[in-house]
Amino acid sequence: MQLNLVQAINQAMYQEMERDKSVMVMGEDVGKDGGVFRVTQGLLEKFGEARVVDTPLAEAGIMGTAIGLAVNGMRPVLEIQFDGFTYITLNQLISHAARMRMRSRGKYTVPLVMRAPWGGGVRALEHHSESMEAIYAHIPGVKTVIPSSPKEAKGLLISAIRDPDPVVFFEPKRLYRAFKEEVPEEPYTIPLGEARILQEGKDITMITWGSLTRTCMEYVQNAKYGIEIIDIRSLSPFDENTVLASVKKTGRAIIVSESPKSGGFAAEISARIAEKALMSLNAPILRVSGYDVPIPLAKLEDYYLPDTARIGKAVEEIMKY
Amino acid sequence: MSRKKVFEAQIEYLQILDEKGNVDASLDPKLDELTLKKMYETMVRSRAMDKKAISLQRQGRCYTYVPTEGQEAAQVGSVMASKKEDWMVPAFRENAAYLAKGVSMRTLFLYWMGHEEGSRFEKDQNCFPVSIPVGSQVGHAVGLAWAAKIQGKRQAAITFFGDGASSEGDFHESANFAGVFQIPCVFICQNNQYAISTPRARQTRSETIAQKAIAYGFEGIQVDGNDVLAMYVATKKALEKGYAGKGPTLIEAITYRIAAHTTSDDPKRYRDEAEVEAWRKKDPIARFQTYLKKNGFWNEAYEKEVQEKAAREVEEAVKKAEGFQANPEDMFKYLYQDLTPDLRQQMQEMKQSLEG
Ligand SMILES: Cc1ncc(C[n+]2csc(CCOP(=O)(O)OP(=O)(O)O)c2C)c(N)n1
Repeated sequence: MQLNLVQAINQAMYQEMERDKSVMVMGEDVGKDGGVFRVTQGLLEKFGEARVVDTPLAEAGIMGTAIGLAVNGMRPVLEIQFDGFTYITLNQLISHAARMRMRSRGKYTVPLVMRAPWGGGVRALEHHSESMEAIYAHIPGVKTVIPSSPKEAKGLLISAIRDPDPVVFFEPKRLYRAFKEEVPEEPYTIPLGEARILQEGKDITMITWGSLTRTCMEYVQNAKYGIEIIDIRSLSPFDENTVLASVKKTGRAIIVSESPKSGGFAAEISARIAEKALMSLNAPILRVSGYDVPIPLAKLEDYYLPDTARIGKAVEEIMKY
Repeated sequence: MSRKKVFEAQIEYLQILDEKGNVDASLDPKLDELTLKKMYETMVRSRAMDKKAISLQRQGRCYTYVPTEGQEAAQVGSVMASKKEDWMVPAFRENAAYLAKGVSMRTLFLYWMGHEEGSRFEKDQNCFPVSIPVGSQVGHAVGLAWAAKIQGKRQAAITFFGDGASSEGDFHESANFAGVFQIPCVFICQNNQYAISTPRARQTRSETIAQKAIAYGFEGIQVDGNDVLAMYVATKKALEKGYAGKGPTLIEAITYRIAAHTTSDDPKRYRDEAEVEAWRKKDPIARFQTYLKKNGFWNEAYEKEVQEKAAREVEEAVKKAEGFQANPEDMFKYLYQDLTPDLRQQMQEMKQSLEG
């Protein structure tokens, strides 16, 4: 069936809730309203108030109680309304969800998923366009996933829900209704921790995730060089092998990300390449990213977000070597 | 051994002007004509701005907008009870409060049109920028007022938040501070019955939001939030108490969000039109107009003048805001006092990439 990102994510939750009674959905406005992006639409009607919960407006409360729910046999899928409000969950996520298994020596586990719309490009209000995924990928004990298409999202979310550990699932809101693609009707999984090669090429490895996979694909349509595009899908666990194998082939790496540059996840990828494939490189590793500023309000957003022109500059630069 | 009652509390409700515009003479603050008219005009200006912003958003000339309609009295009554030096710390629905504080409509439009410049206030305008993370501003207000107390200034803070925000830890922690340190802060919870789709009853089992103050050791009161006089009187009293070193007050303004949550919201999904209609009959502006008329301060000619003036102000503000050109370098320049080496370099890179 042809589905957009919203519909594919909705279908993944629907099917998992049908399959497993312990799966529940909780968050602000996820029930009657179907979520502000309608991602949870129809779930309340089908699965009822006990499993689809409109919570009070309290993110620390949502995450804190979800930990208890998860330890005692439920599989909560939390929706935090926007990326910029996930920070309120961090104390619970870092201090408890992430380390409950470790502290209890495996007795208690926290199989929850925190979903949140993520990233810029939709002219949203302040705090609604954030891409601070590096913070989440930095938490030992938490997995961080960012899908890049409807088909990808369905398989990755089903894996996340079935995963025995906490997973942060960031949904590129710019892609929510951007396009449809064929999504298999039956449930399927895509393993967490496997990158995918979106496009093969011999000259440059271009590594990215989320909405920028589209920008990179758009760029290569008219590119002079052979560009291999890798959608890393899952920041943690990270698929080092796919990245290293590609860089060893091309000898050049550009990492494209919409986060502020310094300390972003692009830096982690760059370090891996430097550590393990330095001798294969023909050129310095380059990053095309947001600047080290909070993503600006709508009017200046485009000056901040990487686009094909900035990607093109990096490509020309790296091909000088 | 014994079993006895150790604590008891009650919450008062204040209304001065009823839904039909009848006044309780014993409670009427009997404000002067100038003040009353300024109240009225500020509410009308806010309503006019709302209408325009929603229509601009539909035309793609303004981004997501958060309407104030229905809550004008709660904001204007309380801000007008404060002094110029007092702080006004809003959430995101406080267009009328900003106008009452003297912020220009141009500035407000700039914000909703996606410009950082929309958070630039004049030197003598003690207000904070819009705070979108729900409840996060409440602590700032407590801190502002705390500083005033430490420095011995006769200054207080008013902070606005919604019924939804009363569920956030930020609200509870900040209220507790205000109680513990007896801070001159007035907490104004605009209980507009909804947090997006979530009804008030789903936020808390408490009978009132006002009673949350009791838990933190200070006074809470419910006020008819569509009654501008009651809001004025309750806030004035709370501020005087604050200046006198007697601590904070929580005012629960009972009101209603007449418009959609934002221009991205469709309220038909979660509430009945009949409910909205019932609240329209309690409109704060119409009610106050009746009061002004009874006092001989209102007639058709005045109304025409007020409406026309508001419409002109809106048009001029939109023109100015639309004529504003943002400078992309500003995203770097205001982050720290001085540009860091990284930012300097990134700004240069941006300029080069714009030059192509
Ligand atoms: C921390 C946080 N969580 C979620 C949101 C998304 N959101 C914006 S407004 C809102 C409802 C706020 O309700 P209330 O506090 O009652 O204020 P109202 O909108 O009714 O004025 C929500 C959930 C947010 N802005 N901040």
